[in-house]
Amino acid sequence: MTKDLSRQDRTLGEALRGQGISRRSFLKFCAATASMMALPPAMIPTIAQALEKAKKPSVIWLSFQECTGCTESLTRAQAATIENLIFDAISLDYHHTLQAASGHAAEAAREAAMKEHDGQYLLVVDGSIPLGNPGYSTIAGISNVDMLTDTAKGAAAIISVGSCAAFGGIANAKPDPTGAVAVSAIIKDKPIINVPGCPPIPGVLTGVLTHFLTFGAIPELDHLGRPVAFFGQSIHDRCYRRPFYDRGLFAETFDDEGARQGWCLFKLGCKGPSTYNACATMKWNGGVSFPIEAGHPCIGCSEPHFWDGGGFYKALSMPTGNVSENAVYAAAGAAVGAVAVSALNRAKKKKATEAHEEVTVDDLTK
Amino acid sequence: MNEIEFLSWVRGPGFQIATVIFVAGIIIRLGETLLLGRKANLAEAKGSEMSSGLRTVAARMLPPDRETFKRSTFTIVAGYIFHIGLFVTIFLYAPHILLIKDVIGFGWPALPSQIVDAFTVVSLIALLAILLHRLTDKVLRHLSGPEDYIVWFVTIAPLLTGYLAFHRLGGSPVMMLAIHILSVELLMVLFPFTKLMHTFTLFLARWYNGAISGYRGVES
Repeated sequence: MTKDLSRQDRTLGEALRGQGISRRSFLKFCAATASMMALPPAMIPTIAQALEKAKKPSVIWLSFQECTGCTESLTRAQAATIENLIFDAISLDYHHTLQAASGHAAEAAREAAMKEHDGQYLLVVDGSIPLGNPGYSTIAGISNVDMLTDTAKGAAAIISVGSCAAFGGIANAKPDPTGAVAVSAIIKDKPIINVPGCPPIPGVLTGVLTHFLTFGAIPELDHLGRPVAFFGQSIHDRCYRRPFYDRGLFAETFDDEGARQGWCLFKLGCKGPSTYNACATMKWNGGVSFPIEAGHPCIGCSEPHFWDGGGFYKALSMPTGNVSENAVYAAAGAAVGAVAVSALNRAKKKKATEAHEEVTVDDLTK
Repeated sequence: MNEIEFLSWVRGPGFQIATVIFVAGIIIRLGETLLLGRKANLAEAKGSEMSSGLRTVAARMLPPDRETFKRSTFTIVAGYIFHIGLFVTIFLYAPHILLIKDVIGFGWPALPSQIVDAFTVVSLIALLAILLHRLTDKVLRHLSGPEDYIVWFVTIAPLLTGYLAFHRLGGSPVMMLAIHILSVELLMVLFPFTKLMHTFTLFLARWYNGAISGYRGVES
């Protein structure tokens, strides 16, 4: 009796074998994932076993006020085609950009998946949700907030992909015309994993998914709901240019001698010291490089409100607003104030002299 | 409010408020002193006020005579150490020069960061020693009030938190940086209302000492 190997019923292991992935490649992926998540080598067989047996979980991907950059990042996962195949093996039942269906058929597929895998499907969200007027962003006539609350009801867990879904992102930046909020501002009763970044590193998302598949639970999260395995260290603490920071050797402009020598980009506005992500270790494009290595300061894209941090090219030690203007107004006002105060003091002194009385400093206004 | 929001606040509205209070406070305090004027001296001037005043300002920057130095060695030495340390850490450290450049429009070259780090450590030790001295010396303890201890605290806090922030010690680095900036804002806000005003009034006081002597034609 041959096993029915139609896509819906295959386990992950069967799906990968069907795609021609060798056992060796599969174990290599498990080893790489284990090391990425800082798990001991003894866990590799556990991961392999779990992934082998994992039924392709149903994944519903909702795209709200997003730029599709997060999907773009994911589909650039070129490290090993095995990552793409993982997605093949995961039943991606709804995704605007990647799905073949559209219109009513697409919405029907979503509703069918929700019904069939009620309580078990993984909900992935990218993009922020506008609350200013729900009509700002709708899909099939359904507002984002309605679709989110509806779909979240039967989800096992929610992954907020990208800084928009995790923290509000660019739509939430001043003056926030749509009243954009993060997923966690709306859903309060489901486990939410924030995977921020603008966009996030592809390997970070596959790592989070693998953790979920292996252990059936969400990984350890920090105070902002981000997996500690990938967001536990700041860029600054892993930056290869750190020795230059410690010595005070900074690039002053983008093309000066310091920049060419690869000196620290603090003066050009690098937010590395206050940003937590895996860019300095995992890097981008399969480990090729990351913004600082390419010569551009870190913009802090995995932190909340990074768009309103004063500007990408304003150093962390600089104030975010225009202080000199206020200082000048304060000085002008104070000068007037000082003249007024001393006028009062002089009048008091004059009166005392006329009355042949002594006046001391304590009698005058302080 | 999370850490990043707190950091954005201290870099934004917090700094604006502190600067306004700092600038306005200093100008009002100095203004009301200067504009009060002096009583007219009807005696004939025997020498120049201005030159003697300026000379005194310069002369009293340096250590005093042997006798005075012997009597107050600790205060003078420790005082010089932490004042020079404050000058180096505030005005010769690259990220701070960037901040000043943003506010006043121009900057200047910085010292290597490890050298500034060394100055910070020495200044911290000096300030701790000064507190100990104030607590153990009978006379000083008798004279010291709440203001003295508060001013000591707002002076050492930026140095300590800055050191911790640079070395990524003391818990969350983002929080430590935000607390460092907040401690500076606290210093700025308390500045015009405490003895920290000596930063500016000392020039008036020393000038005046020199001026009244110079007017009488004597050495100050």
